[in-house]
Amino acid sequence: MLLALLALALVTVVLAAPIAYRRAASWRAARERRRPAAAGELDMDLYDPGRERRAEQRARELLRSCVNEEEWGMYRDLGFIRVAGRHARRGLDRDRGARPAYAYLVYPHKPIVAYVPESGQLLSEYCVEFPDLTGTGGRHRLPASDDVLAKWMALTSDEDRVIRRANMHLVGRQLDPARVRRDLWRLAEWERRRGNREQVHHSQR
Amino acid sequence: MKPGHGEVLLAEGDPRVREDEEKLIEEFRRQLDEGMWAAVPVRNPGSGRREAQMVKHYADIPPDSERVIFFPRASGG
Repeated sequence: MLLALLALALVTVVLAAPIAYRRAASWRAARERRRPAAAGELDMDLYDPGRERRAEQRARELLRSCVNEEEWGMYRDLGFIRVAGRHARRGLDRDRGARPAYAYLVYPHKPIVAYVPESGQLLSEYCVEFPDLTGTGGRHRLPASDDVLAKWMALTSDEDRVIRRANMHLVGRQLDPARVRRDLWRLAEWERRRGNREQVHHSQR
Repeated sequence: MKPGHGEVLLAEGDPRVREDEEKLIEEFRRQLDEGMWAAVPVRNPGSGRREAQMVKHYADIPPDSERVIFFPRASGG
């Protein structure tokens, strides 16, 4: 009887061995497949919640070091920068104090708005972006202040080229015209207060 | 300027030192080959206003420049 049971157990083990071997092999392969994927994720995509904030802080410092003191104050206080149109700036250089024929409002990650400073008339909005060219995958964008600096550099160095590359629309496609007009009013108030402060500063000397 | 990261230092050195200059030229070319635009912040000698000057060749960089900023070229948004 015992001998029969032992023989039966031996037969069972022999029959079950290939099945157990295949199961073990597939389990090992699945485990190997999972392991490198997990390691890759750790290398590439560990989310750093402070990275964007630090990048923006560096971008603000870089912007501040490049633009005029007035433009920096404008961005710090109002959130946008006014850039005089190139063709107008030549006239401005000849006759300082005169308003340029047209100017741009440069917002972070929003279209550039062209307008007439004399009348406040909104001319058009230019949709422009500075996309990632490195091909590393994902769709990142510049920090807000770097986006403003890139637009500022492009407009002050080669206005025609950046305007040619932009998609032009009437104001209202992406930006609310009422909001832009309010920003122009805020800018006028900001300049008035700044002018008053400078007058007080000079009179105290 | 690197999307997703912001400002990244690519290379630095004294352009009067030959080895440094070679390194700077190599990095300059590499960035332009990748399709970046290069600009130098300058002060307009006439008006005193600050503005940028786009440079397409290493030789175009004003000699007294402290830095060249590379940024992705603009495209319609």
